[in-house]
Order: sequence, then structure tokens, then C-alpha cells
Amino acid sequence: MSLAYFLRRLGAVLVVLCIVSIAVFAITTILPGNAALMILGENASAENLAALERQLGLDRPLPVQYLHWVSGVLHGDFGTSLRLQLPVAQVVGEAFWNSMSLALIALVGVTLIAIPLGTLAALRRGTAWDLGIGLISYVGTALPEFVTATLLLVFFADPVRQLLPAGGFVSPVEDFGGFVEHAILPAVTLGLILMAHISRQVRSELSEVLASDYVRAARLKGVPEGRVIRRHALPNSLAPAVAVISLDIGYLLGGIIVVEEIFAWPGLGRLLIYALQNRDLPVIQAVTLLLAVVYALSNLLADIVIAKLDPRVRYA
Amino acid sequence: MRKILKSPTGLIGTLLLALVLFVTIFGPWITPYDPQAFDARARLEGPSLAHWLGTDQYGRDLLSRLLSGAPATVAFGLGATVLGVGVGSVIGVIAGVAGGRTDSVIMRVLDGMLAMPELLFTLLIVTFLGGGTTQAMLAVAVTFTPGMARISRSAVLSVRTREYVLAAQARGESGAWIVGREVLPNALGPIIVEATIRVSFAIMIGATLGFLGLGAQPPSTEWGLMVAEARQFMFRNPWCVAVPGLAIAVTALGFNLFGDALRDAFDPKRGH
Repeated sequence: MSLAYFLRRLGAVLVVLCIVSIAVFAITTILPGNAALMILGENASAENLAALERQLGLDRPLPVQYLHWVSGVLHGDFGTSLRLQLPVAQVVGEAFWNSMSLALIALVGVTLIAIPLGTLAALRRGTAWDLGIGLISYVGTALPEFVTATLLLVFFADPVRQLLPAGGFVSPVEDFGGFVEHAILPAVTLGLILMAHISRQVRSELSEVLASDYVRAARLKGVPEGRVIRRHALPNSLAPAVAVISLDIGYLLGGIIVVEEIFAWPGLGRLLIYALQNRDLPVIQAVTLLLAVVYALSNLLADIVIAKLDPRVRYA
Repeated sequence: MRKILKSPTGLIGTLLLALVLFVTIFGPWITPYDPQAFDARARLEGPSLAHWLGTDQYGRDLLSRLLSGAPATVAFGLGATVLGVGVGSVIGVIAGVAGGRTDSVIMRVLDGMLAMPELLFTLLIVTFLGGGTTQAMLAVAVTFTPGMARISRSAVLSVRTREYVLAAQARGESGAWIVGREVLPNALGPIIVEATIRVSFAIMIGATLGFLGLGAQPPSTEWGLMVAEARQFMFRNPWCVAVPGLAIAVTALGFNLFGDALRDAFDPKRGH
């Protein structure tokens, strides 16, 4: 990995994050009703409103407000939640780790299942295995998260059998078994769409690579088939799969909003919906910015992994 | 078209799509019951001869509700996609044709918009506009715009340096004529393919917004809203969540399969 390539990618990420922060700030500022009105309520007198606006700095020009907000964010200060009366950094920080643990479980689980499935489909092309895996992928991409979640609940969380909890959260530090139990259904819901994408991508790349000259050469040399796949074919078909995974982080971060709401998982998604319903501007800004940062950084990470897997990318 | 029907996925996609479009156009006219009529004696029933798909918590016939909700669900996806694709393509074509500074400024802004997860972006816009069907449709359209602009820009770029465009320039044709008669028709393929697949996303996002209470409002029979309303009763009668949920899946699947087949037909290299 050349340092120049890394720096160039990092620079692009910073530019994008700048634009995102401006966009987030702009959207939340044009929302009707400002923070002062939010705190004092509809019946506040004009004088009180003006006084509080001055105190909060809302009477200053927008670019000044933006710079003030950004410099706070860079120092880890996201302001105070209008509804919860707590520092936003504290509220968001807790939710952040809950969300990330859920996303990570889903992502790792999916990768462990999807890559072997895609490989199997590519090796047994045209058989019932291939068709079955293809069918699951297609159905997976056509089910919105809220439908998958609801159907899973009907099957696994009905009050009579009670196979799995219908929602809620247990801290992994206090009760790890309980944490896993509560994480299963949300993680499976999040994983289904990703599994479809990744296994399909691995299948199509691997079938292409298996038909290539160097795989034929390896076979002619007498290399055992298992080794051909592990050493020659798979590594070369993984780079596009990683690219798809990195795009899918976007789905994952969107899906987490719905899934956390349905399963009452106290993460960023649930917090965001709460903040949107209550017009809690500082929280909306912080959560949105945080999700965008995670998205951008995971894309950067994926680019680095791809460059490691496929040396041609570095010189592009 | 014959090429699309030849592959199994294309055939299934076309059949599903035909079914979905039929239900969307004629659904509200062929409901066996009034979709809003309560029936206290037949609440939360499973499928029977009288009610083919069962009834919901008020005894309303699920098949009738499904049929009457089809336009709200499917037309939403089509409308949002057409809007998003239209605006996005115009922006993309402008960027691609203009090139230089205009192009790079437009692309930087689009990059910033694409840096937010789609659903998050849609939620922010819906909150800004206020919930409701029209607002939700606009929000999905805005969310689709940057991606479509990117695709149409690259389609235009790939066409721009072809011989027939250079020939038109050499003939001294006007810029507008070249764009309208030479560039656009040849760049249309990828745009149409992407748009078809996007309809399924639009339908899924629309239903999700309905489910979250930010899209269609009661008494609409939009399918996402149907799932949300029946959720409390899902353990007593799973049919009232399964029916609208699976209807959404079938619709999205139809557009997905058809779009994939369309792509293979346009670009034989990608076919397997």
C-alpha cells in the first residue's frame, strides 16, 4: 500500500465529510421551529424567545453558527439534548456502542455464511444448490427489514412458545448469554439482505475466475482442486465482494434504524427516530453526522482492503 | 423482449410484474368486499372460502384491503422513481455534457449527498417536509437523484467521444441537437435498467416510511401501513401481517428480476 494512495483517499473522505456536515447543519436549520422555541414552548413571549435565541447564539449569521457547531464537534462537544436535558455526547456515545455491536454481529455472521454459500453456488453451477441459493438471494433483496423482522417475530417470539425474546436489550457485561439471545433476531434481519448481495457477488466473480487461464494453468500443473480454489481462485474474487460489503454498510446503517425501532434496541437508530419525532435538533445532527462518519470510514477501510487484495487498484 | 423471456429469471420477473401491474390498475375495482367495512363476527380469521386471505382486527377482508392498497403502494414507487430519475438524469446529462468546472462542482455535491445512508437521508427529508404520501414520495425522489445523476453522467461520458458524436460535431450541428439526437438515445439503456431496479427500492422505502408512520396515513390501505396497524395482533392472526408483507416482497421481486433480465438483454457481456 503506497502512502500516497492512502493520503489521497483520506483527503477525499475529509472533503466528503465537510460537505455532509454542511448538509446536516443546513437541513436541521431549515426545519421549522428553532431550538429556543423548542425549549420555551409555543406560548413563549417574543422577548423571552429573543433573549434565549441570543443566549444560544441563534441570532448570529448561519455561517458563524455552523463554525461554532463544528468547532464544538471537533472538541467532542455536541451540545445539549433539548428533550433529555443531557449532554448529547453522552446520550449518543452509549447508543453508538450498542448499534456498533449489533452491526458488527450482523456483518461478521453474514460474511461467515455468505462467502461459503457463494463459493458453493459457483462450484455447483446450474445444480439445485445453485438455484436454491440464488432464490434465497433474490427473496432476501426483496424483503424490506420491517417485513423480515415482523415475520421472524411471528415465528420465533410468539408468547406461547417464546423461543427468543421479542425485543429489548441486555448489557453484554452483565449477562452475555442474554445479550446474544436479544441480538439474534435483529442481527438475522439485518443480515438477510447483505447475505443476498454478498453471496451473489462471490458467485459471479468466482465463476468468472474459475474460467480464467491461470486457474486452468494451475489445474494443468496438477495442483489439487481444493488448493486451486483456496490459493488461486478465491483471493482473486474476494476484492469485488469486499467492495459490495462496503456499499452494503450503507444499507446496514439504514436498516439499523428500522430494526432497532422494531426490536427496541437502544442504539443510534432508535435514538434518531426519537429525536426526529421530538425535533431534538442537536441529537439529530449528532446521530446523522456520526452515521455518515462511520459510513465514510468503513468505505475507506474497504478501499484499503481491496487495494491489499488486488494490487492493480493501487496504480489506478 | 424475446431475449428477456428466454431466461428463467426474466420470465418469472415478467410474469410477476404483469400480475402486479394488473392488480395496481384493476385491484380497486375487483375487491370482493368493501375494504373499510367492519365485521364484528369475523375478526382475525385465517383464510376461508368467504375470506380468501382472512380478516384483520376489525373483521375487514384482507384480500380486499390488499387489492385496494396496490395503487397506493406501487404507484408510489413508480412516481418516486420517475421523479428521481428525471431530475437526476437532467443533472447528470448537464454535468456530463458541460464537463470541466461545472462537472466537478456538481460531482462533489453529489458525493456529499451519497455519503449518507439512503434511508437516513430519506428520513431527514421527510422530517423536514412533514409526513404524508406526497412528502414521502418527494423525499425518496430526492434520495434517488444523486445516484441517478451519477449513472446518467457516466452513460453520457461513455457516448460523448464516439465517432458518431464527433461526426455530428464535424458537420457543425448545434450542441442541443447533438445531445438530443445523438447522445441521449444512446445513453438511455443504462438509465432505464437502473430505473427499473430502483422502483423496487422505492416501493420498499415507501412501505418502510408507511410502517414508521411517516408516509401514507390511515385510512389508506398502503401495504406498509397495513403491516404496522396489524402488528399488535400478529400473534393471534399471522395472516394480517404476512399478507401485506409478502405482497411487498412479490412486487419488489418482480421489478428486481425484470430489471436484471433487462440489463442482461442490453449488455450481453454480463449475462451468465
